[in-house]
Amino acid sequence: MAEKVIYAMYDDDDVLKDGAKLLVSKGVKVSDVFSPFPIHGIDPIIGVKNTRLGIMAFLYGITGTLLATIGMRYIMIVDWPMNIGGKPNETYLDNILAFIPVTFEFTVLCAAHGMAITYLLRNKTLPGMPAQNPDPRTTDDKFVIELKLSENTQFTEDELNSMLKQTGIIEIDQKEIN
Amino acid sequence: MHKEAAIREPLILGHKTYHDITEDVCRPIEDKAPRMWYILFGIALIIGLYGVGCILYLLGTGIGVWGLNKTIGWAWDITNFVWWVGIGHAGTLISAVLLLFRQKWRMAINRSAEAMTIFAVFMAGTFPLIHMGRLWVGYWTMPLPNHFGSLWVNFNSPLLWDVFAISTYLSVGLIFWYIGLIPDFATIRDRAKRPVPKKMYTLLAFGWSGRAKHWNRFELVSLVLAGLATPLVFSVHSIVSFDFATSVIPGWHTTIFPPYFVAGAVFSGFAMVQTLMLVMRKAMNLEAYIHTRHVEYMNIVIMVTGSIVGVAYLTELFVSWYSGVEYEQYAFINRATGPYWWAYWSMMTCNVISPQLMWIRRLRRSLLFTFVISIVVNIGMWFERYVIIVTSIHRDYLPSSWSMHFPSHIDLGIYVGTIGLFFVFFLLFARFFPVLALNEVKTILKSSGESYKNAPDTHHGHDSHGHDNHGHTSTEEDNNNSNNQ
Repeated sequence: MAEKVIYAMYDDDDVLKDGAKLLVSKGVKVSDVFSPFPIHGIDPIIGVKNTRLGIMAFLYGITGTLLATIGMRYIMIVDWPMNIGGKPNETYLDNILAFIPVTFEFTVLCAAHGMAITYLLRNKTLPGMPAQNPDPRTTDDKFVIELKLSENTQFTEDELNSMLKQTGIIEIDQKEIN
Repeated sequence: MHKEAAIREPLILGHKTYHDITEDVCRPIEDKAPRMWYILFGIALIIGLYGVGCILYLLGTGIGVWGLNKTIGWAWDITNFVWWVGIGHAGTLISAVLLLFRQKWRMAINRSAEAMTIFAVFMAGTFPLIHMGRLWVGYWTMPLPNHFGSLWVNFNSPLLWDVFAISTYLSVGLIFWYIGLIPDFATIRDRAKRPVPKKMYTLLAFGWSGRAKHWNRFELVSLVLAGLATPLVFSVHSIVSFDFATSVIPGWHTTIFPPYFVAGAVFSGFAMVQTLMLVMRKAMNLEAYIHTRHVEYMNIVIMVTGSIVGVAYLTELFVSWYSGVEYEQYAFINRATGPYWWAYWSMMTCNVISPQLMWIRRLRRSLLFTFVISIVVNIGMWFERYVIIVTSIHRDYLPSSWSMHFPSHIDLGIYVGTIGLFFVFFLLFARFFPVLALNEVKTILKSSGESYKNAPDTHHGHDSHGHDNHGHTSTEEDNNNSNNQ
């Protein structure tokens, strides 16, 4: 379904932030902001929720800890216990000190890779993907606010345009996206 | 945004805009490479290929071509391994630990320091692999079931912990680095004009958009990866030191090893960063971003870690005497006065005395002096590993087995070859990758850029004041400010 979107371009992150605040206070829904670097404080203004990737990292980490423990217990205690100088090796707990380094490393390995893969998938940033930003300058020094007409049905197109023009934009553009 | 005190030296010199930062970082990638790059690359490649040749000869003939003998079964291979792993500690330390401490000066150097880390760990990884003699069965270090041999791998062994530590460190370092690179690749992608670079950087940038939500995730992922990488950095060199510390060889059997190795690793890693950064900032015209203040901070890290290393040397000496174990005592007397005295005293001079000169402000702010010291430190750190490894085992419990180690030309060729390969990788990185985390640097332009700092009453200066804390209360103030303009 083709949808009309307005892209308003700014050349300063603080001007954009003030502009977004003004628009939101008038009841406009800002659907997205594109910027070359993270604009601190923009998320609560336009209603971007905090990511839950941190929780995922924790879960991946726990998985790593468990896998390492189960694996080493099977290898070192169950399948082929080694007699090293007659030291106790009947239970996993007897030998746990020797297993801590690998458990730690494997936890970090799973947490980091799990989180990184989730991050790339959730962002849909994967090898070979085409550029998703509306204008090539948004990765250099320009900042763009995206308004979707379907999300702002209480305003007409002209009203939105005139409201944007009061916020210190440098360019305005309209596109149809799918 | 947090604004820095006015008396602090700015992190970005001159009157830069966001666009200037993009230009400054991307220009060396988009322009033709200078002739000097080709010359350096050629030299590094020749040395690197010679190293590869030596490695192939070694693999074809066996590790008898090294200067090892039955007393000294470990020498340059493990020395070089530990040396390279140590160098590979600065990058993650800079990007992870300094991120957690919110040290903004890291942003100018973290990207290339991380690249250096990854290449150094590549070089380090080469040594344990080739010292197996049969490289093609290197995967036997993985926990594979019995029919590959008669046993599983031994999870009690520090050598196996090393396999896990180094591979985790390498792969986590790689993704940390790459996730930071994606937005910068997108910048190059969007600027690229010629079709081949455009294609290449589009592929590398993974279709990065710069949406608010994506940046939100980006920041959290960086933070969590930093949180994971910080204990990882410390664990890796601790585990490397366990290779020695858990043995019963006098001179190795020391509980001080883990912290002492970690400090030494940071010490040599920062020295390598200094060596590379001082050349790079000149060659790529990045003097506005990497300047005396950054160099001074790194020199302070070198001074502190160098002092920790110095204290560790002296503690080791004291404890060897205090232990009352005659073998332990002899190991240390032999280090200082035996046939390898020159290695010991080179190590002492390079690692204990030279960093102390950094107490003098004028010296630690001198770029030439820093460059010289950074090389001296890395020579010293190589000798440290050589002293620990070779001098501890060349006179073992049985005097009839006492021996000396003489490196063969293959030892030398492989070592020098890894330095060549390291520079091949680093030069390629400097040619095709953004050497500065350019989009991260843009976030500190307003708080630490020279032109913004010295103009406190402009819109930007005022606006960025205390935004995070006040949130909505500052809206009115901001609007007034915009109207005034």
